[in-house]
Amino acid sequence: MRRFTLIAVPYFWLLVLFLVPFIIVFKISLSDTALAIPPYTPTLDLNSGWEGIKGFFADLDWENFTFLTTDDLYWKAYLSSLQIAAISTLFTLLIGYPIAYAMAQSADEWRPTLMMLIILPFWTSFLIRVYSWMGILSNEGFLNQFLMWTGLISEPLVILNTNTAVYIGIVYTYLPFMILPIYAALEKLDASLLEAAEDLGCSRLTAFWLVTIPLSKQGIIAGCFLVFIPALGEFVIPSLLGGSKTLMIGKVLWEEFFSNRDWPVASAVAVILLLILIIPIVLFQRNEQKQREAEGQ
Amino acid sequence: MRRFTWFNATSLTLGFVFLYLPMVILVIYSFNASKLVTVWAGFSTKWYGTLFQNEAFLDAAWVTIKVAVVSSTFAAVLGTMAAYVLVRGGRFMGRTLFSGMIYAPLVMPEVITGLSLLLLFIGIGFDRGMMTIILAHTTFSMCYVSVVVSSRLVSFDRSLEEAALDLGCSPFEAFRLVTLPVIAPAVISGWLLAFTLSLDDLVIASFTSGPSATTLPIKIYSAVRLGVSPEINALSTMMISIVTVGVISASLISKRAAVRQQREERAAERIDD
Amino acid sequence: MAETAFAPWNDESATPLIQFKNVTKRYGDFVAIDNLTQDIYAEEFFALLGPSGCGKTTMMRMLGGFETVTEGQILIAGQDMNNVPPNKRAVNMMFQSYALFPHLTISENIAFGLKREGKPKPEIDARVDEMLRLTRLEKFAKRKPHQISGGQRQRVALARSLAKAPKLLLLDEPLGALDKKLRQDTQFELMDIQEKTGTTFVIVTHDQEEAMTVASRVAVMDEGQIIQVATPADIYERPNSVYVADFIGDVNIINGHATRAGDGYDVTYAEGTAPLHAKTSNDLGNSAKCALAIRPEKVSITAQKPSKAANTVKGKIIDIAYLGNLSTYHVELANGQMMKAQAANTRRLERRAFTWEDSVWLSWTDTAAIVLEA
Repeated sequence: MRRFTLIAVPYFWLLVLFLVPFIIVFKISLSDTALAIPPYTPTLDLNSGWEGIKGFFADLDWENFTFLTTDDLYWKAYLSSLQIAAISTLFTLLIGYPIAYAMAQSADEWRPTLMMLIILPFWTSFLIRVYSWMGILSNEGFLNQFLMWTGLISEPLVILNTNTAVYIGIVYTYLPFMILPIYAALEKLDASLLEAAEDLGCSRLTAFWLVTIPLSKQGIIAGCFLVFIPALGEFVIPSLLGGSKTLMIGKVLWEEFFSNRDWPVASAVAVILLLILIIPIVLFQRNEQKQREAEGQ
Repeated sequence: MRRFTWFNATSLTLGFVFLYLPMVILVIYSFNASKLVTVWAGFSTKWYGTLFQNEAFLDAAWVTIKVAVVSSTFAAVLGTMAAYVLVRGGRFMGRTLFSGMIYAPLVMPEVITGLSLLLLFIGIGFDRGMMTIILAHTTFSMCYVSVVVSSRLVSFDRSLEEAALDLGCSPFEAFRLVTLPVIAPAVISGWLLAFTLSLDDLVIASFTSGPSATTLPIKIYSAVRLGVSPEINALSTMMISIVTVGVISASLISKRAAVRQQREERAAERIDD
Repeated sequence: MAETAFAPWNDESATPLIQFKNVTKRYGDFVAIDNLTQDIYAEEFFALLGPSGCGKTTMMRMLGGFETVTEGQILIAGQDMNNVPPNKRAVNMMFQSYALFPHLTISENIAFGLKREGKPKPEIDARVDEMLRLTRLEKFAKRKPHQISGGQRQRVALARSLAKAPKLLLLDEPLGALDKKLRQDTQFELMDIQEKTGTTFVIVTHDQEEAMTVASRVAVMDEGQIIQVATPADIYERPNSVYVADFIGDVNIINGHATRAGDGYDVTYAEGTAPLHAKTSNDLGNSAKCALAIRPEKVSITAQKPSKAANTVKGKIIDIAYLGNLSTYHVELANGQMMKAQAANTRRLERRAFTWEDSVWLSWTDTAAIVLEA
């Protein structure tokens, strides 16, 4: 009986507040917009019995999805989200790897402190960290003042409200997610492997390329997914740092919902976003699985 | 063979400058006397003063804290239960669905989670307010708690529970007297994680809040959308300081405890007879 | 010796404390315990010995109630235990990892089981003190498990499992985590405590020396079955199979053909050599394939052919392992068979009688070897 309660309580909670909402999103994505409260039709009318249910299903259609393909705003937004997420993941990797590598090479007594310094921003408000760049990147911001003071530029650079600012924002906020799994992989790396590689005739650079990189592959993959997946659906960063030309699907969904109050289209956008996300999520799970199996042996 | 080279030193330095400089600048400019945030006009704490007179911010902060405390407590309880079910529950109907529902919210874009919960609340005619934010935050943060707690449970020596049963505990007593005290640090860090997630959350709270309840992130967002404001700088500085003090002292405490434990263990090996 | 006096297994009228009756345990397709029947008597120190995966731990965990029986029955003091959960059994277990509760002090750990019984506090305190004295842990009562050494932790685990005065104590590799020297001391301590408390001990181990030292009887297991149950001396001197002979200690196995001769068997093992003779009560019929098992220390090595030995073979020294007090000679016989002979190093190394490539004679008496079914 206790076991039943133990399973049932969290199960029921997640069913009602996680699974059922998704089914509702899916259902509304098949409905039509209406000037009503709630602003969509049909609504399920259980009072009219079986006829009501039949009528309800008859009114559902794929119209909103067809609409998404005809209006190029949407598929452009999906493509540009994918592009922004992919490019910023690459930059995060290029910046994160040397940091993780240096942490793994540092003295034992330094590592907990370095680790804490990496994790600390994670505990700080995401919104504030994004906001902190607004003051730096704006036309009269800190960066432009600094560059003009050094004489490198004479006219302020326009960075805020462009895609560049979005890249900077994503790299900055998700950097710890890249560093931590790579560091975890590099820390486990046995230093004698590199000695063995050099003993067998590798230079330092080839040893790094042939031993360190392959052995930290799992960490690299995990880190990339941990950045790519949330970046794809990101809303706060494009909304605060991006400009009107920055197209990201999270922002489109938000605007569709709050500004246009078109709930069925917003739901359809969400359903497609989920379908796109399933691929990297499944790949990520498989990578984690592989790692667990490797560690289990 | 640890090689600490100039390359490593440079990448660490640049990395930490990148991570911390924006926040340092933010903190410095919060003491700027000028309303124009980009022009330094001398040191002043006046923005902290105006912040504390801003009723709307104070109300939002109070709502945020209430939501965070309640939702993280629910999340800690539900997440620990879920972790126990995942690690120790054995087989039951719909186990795959259950573990899927635990892991999915971790990778779910917030806009989707927020949208779907909002549609649920409207669908069942639930008035939006503090209650709905609490329900929403509990749902996604319980998954984080359950990940933290289940990773502790996996490494938990199962024979401790068996020993408790062997010495006459019922399964529930074994959980209460042995398992829970041992995994307590993980439950506490899960609670802290849930608490910060709730404090931070903008997107889900925006979807699920009603006119009666506005949280601090919603307030900050609507203020900064119009541009940088010195009051927000002051508020951010306070939030950054609280987190910094908290994290540093927590890590000092845990480091001290680890050092003490190590020393005691070494001493213990010496007293061997 | 105590072993000759205490032998309830030879007493027809004695009732066993534990009875395994046709017990089978399966995990899916894997058979962990295969139709096993075995009695264990009160006050025994019974060792389950075998390689990992042989089912010894499963057997013990079934006694503790942590595994259910697939088929058959386990009785403790005549009571069927099949549906009794671990917390309702008068059986306690000492875990391999010790499983000391890290958040409780040593005395709280020992008192844990007593508190569950709801005994009055003075009684619990008295019992805890008694256990602390028994295991010489009085000084450490207020410490946490991480503040004491491995050997002391082992004693706390023992004290905790004995505190409730169980009828039966199960010990899962109790000394596995200790280093060799400490393990030897602790073995005697375990025997001492077992004798003082009169508790029945069932111990699981993969260390044959440990089993031989502590146990009144040893059960050698393999693939879910008990191959032989006997006193340590009998297991060593009279193994019932090649598996047991090979598992316990060092042994020479000569495969050959046995024909009945006098009060034993003649064993032919190679063409053109005289058969080897061994006295035995084992019955292999008149003529059968067999394995002859001889312990290296029972084989003498000499330069000249001994005149009076029952069995002699000629060979060449291939290798010498110098162990300090002993040397083991690896000798190759004419047919290519390798044999080991052990001799005490009574003389200094440089005056050693034999060296590599020497031609030598190996000999043993007709009671030294055991004839086993091949």
